[in-house]
Amino acid sequence: MEILEYIRLVFSDYTLRTITLGTAVLGGVTGMLGSFAVLRKQSLLGDAISHAALPGIALAFLITGSKDTNVLLIGALISGLIGTFWISGITSKTHLKSDTALGLILSVFFGFGMLLLTFIQKQPNANQAGLDKYLFGQAATLVESDVWLMSIVTGLCLLVLLLFWKEFKILLFDQDYAQTLGFNTKFIDILITSFIVLAIVLGLQTVGVVLMSAMLLAPAAAARQWTNSLSVMVLLAAVLGASAGVFGTAISSTQNNLSTGPVIVLVASVFVLFSFIFSPKRGLLFRQIKLIKNRNDLEFQKTLTFMYHIVENHEDVYHPHAIKILNNFQGYSRKGLQKLISKNYVRVNGEMWSLTPEGIAAVADMYNQNLKND
Amino acid sequence: MTSAQLEIQLIASLVAIACAIPGTFLVLRKMAMISDAISHSILPGIVVGFFITQDLNSPLLILLAALTGVLTVVLVEKIQQTKLVKEDTAIGLVFPALFSIGVIMIAKYANDVHLDIDAVLLGELAFTPFDRVFYNGIDFGPKSLWVIAVILLVTLTLLLLFYKELKMSTFDAGLATSLGFSPAIIHYGLMSVASITTVGAFDAVGAILVVALMIAPAATAYLLTTNLTKMIILACFFGVFSAIAGYWCANYLDASIAGSIATVLGLVFFAVYLFAPHKGLIAVLYREKQQRIEVSLITFILHLKNHKEVEERHVNHLSEHINWQKVRSKTVLDLALKNNFVSIENSIISLTEKGNEFTTKAIDYILTNEDVQIEDMKKDFFLFRG
Repeated sequence: MEILEYIRLVFSDYTLRTITLGTAVLGGVTGMLGSFAVLRKQSLLGDAISHAALPGIALAFLITGSKDTNVLLIGALISGLIGTFWISGITSKTHLKSDTALGLILSVFFGFGMLLLTFIQKQPNANQAGLDKYLFGQAATLVESDVWLMSIVTGLCLLVLLLFWKEFKILLFDQDYAQTLGFNTKFIDILITSFIVLAIVLGLQTVGVVLMSAMLLAPAAAARQWTNSLSVMVLLAAVLGASAGVFGTAISSTQNNLSTGPVIVLVASVFVLFSFIFSPKRGLLFRQIKLIKNRNDLEFQKTLTFMYHIVENHEDVYHPHAIKILNNFQGYSRKGLQKLISKNYVRVNGEMWSLTPEGIAAVADMYNQNLKND
Repeated sequence: MTSAQLEIQLIASLVAIACAIPGTFLVLRKMAMISDAISHSILPGIVVGFFITQDLNSPLLILLAALTGVLTVVLVEKIQQTKLVKEDTAIGLVFPALFSIGVIMIAKYANDVHLDIDAVLLGELAFTPFDRVFYNGIDFGPKSLWVIAVILLVTLTLLLLFYKELKMSTFDAGLATSLGFSPAIIHYGLMSVASITTVGAFDAVGAILVVALMIAPAATAYLLTTNLTKMIILACFFGVFSAIAGYWCANYLDASIAGSIATVLGLVFFAVYLFAPHKGLIAVLYREKQQRIEVSLITFILHLKNHKEVEERHVNHLSEHINWQKVRSKTVLDLALKNNFVSIENSIISLTEKGNEFTTKAIDYILTNEDVQIEDMKKDFFLFRG
């Protein structure tokens, strides 16, 4: 399918438009809230919550007998919240660490959910089919009302985020300080956690229980590499999340047999990889370049100092010496010598070299750490 | 009980023990979530292995998938070493990516073979007795039983051989390193065992239940003991108990055995979480309450010691002065009376000889922070313990 054709389809085809919009909104809201999860070192909370939501879906169905998305999502929300608060109960009241609490809640709740789901499947009621779409998500089942729901929640999220921006920020970076200033840290904590749970629950239908955590983490982790400012990070994470949603949907809909959830997660992972390597300040590539540059600089300076030490005891400091004696020295290389010549620190005449006045001045400067770079 | 039922319970129990042993160390080393990551990221390994061998129980597949598990651990460590993100974020990034690759591989290439994600993720214990080993026409029992028995045997052997090393590197990595045990070898050894156990068990019980069986029994046991040997034994016991109880629940409800075992594990943990003698929720809340009252008591008698004036020591005055509610001041007053720290005459409270001595000791302790002063008071007061 041509790209132009695809773009035309996005605007004309109902299903494709709904899915694209849905995944974009979802990516935006999870990226936004994911920034907080990542910075609060609660990255894996998303994984635990999404698994913990499963029994809620099953119970909501068992109790109401309806398969209405909203009813099921409310069930998921309640059970996700119970899981979250139990996790914090375990870590605060016992000596079990957070990783144990997360893994425990995750697996136990998920197991309970599976028990309920299989129990429902054995019931004579024929209405139960389709509940397992929450396991791996099926973006194709999104309808317009789902997208509306997502947009409303996103709007609400945005509103709360703007209202409590200062509180969230201070809680994020210095909880003790926030407490001494008289903020109700418990309330802010519960507020932000509840919104993270809400965003996760919203995504269950689209990407499913298993992959939901990546939606939360990946855009935020990618955005983190490009900035040190919280507001920029949140914005960037939202944009990256939304683009992961759009691109993921595009890729999966142009291929047969590709479920949307995994593709979105992979696209987001590619974003992360790209950011890890290419981000200008923290990226691995730039770090490596800087490392090599520093090493070259150091060798350059070492050679120059070495030359200076050879000549400094002579009456005439500009007296030429053989290049050969430099060979004993480790930092010396042809390339380094060329660089010295090009900077006019050294003059070479045949097999002999001599320092120039600029070279002497540079050595003197070096002790003041003032050597001109490049 | 039919022989199939017996076999299922046997497999479930062996899986529970095989998981509980590495699980105990994962919990103690604060790496519990690694097991979750491994259990998801072995999927691409399983898929590739399945393409090659066409047999979910083949040793090659298990090896390949276990390798993917170890690869996950390595990847997480590499990402963490770049210091671009924290460890938990690294875990959260690696395993969904690998899992997605696995899911896509299944969807694209394995549509017509017997392998779907539900089976990998959830497993089906009920089917394990049907896949049997035959040699020369003699029935040697279910394949899964053999697989997990071999894995358990290897795990047990390694545990017994390296118990001392494992114990030391878990509780004091620095000491272990300085004594010449390589932390890397022990770390990767443990990770390999966890990976192999996960892979060997996933076919029978599914990836998620593996996580439950690794973490929940160990966490439960950790609430009851601080002795490593006891913890391992308790974890195995809880695992086996849940496996068998879970099986019968599933039998009764006609639902997923794996899910049912996980649920029982959760219930067992919940019960211990509430009622564990020293570390359970109720014990902790009770202790916190006791400590609060004792702090109040000390504040109270310090106040009495500081004030000789009669009006400062009137019963009614105290509740306003120290700003306590009625009930609380009554509790504290009663406690003080019961300990013979104070006496009341005409609603005026005064310190007794014993109370005076106690207060002096308490002040000494607060000032010097030396334990000797309060050795004999520790028995009666939570406050001065630990």
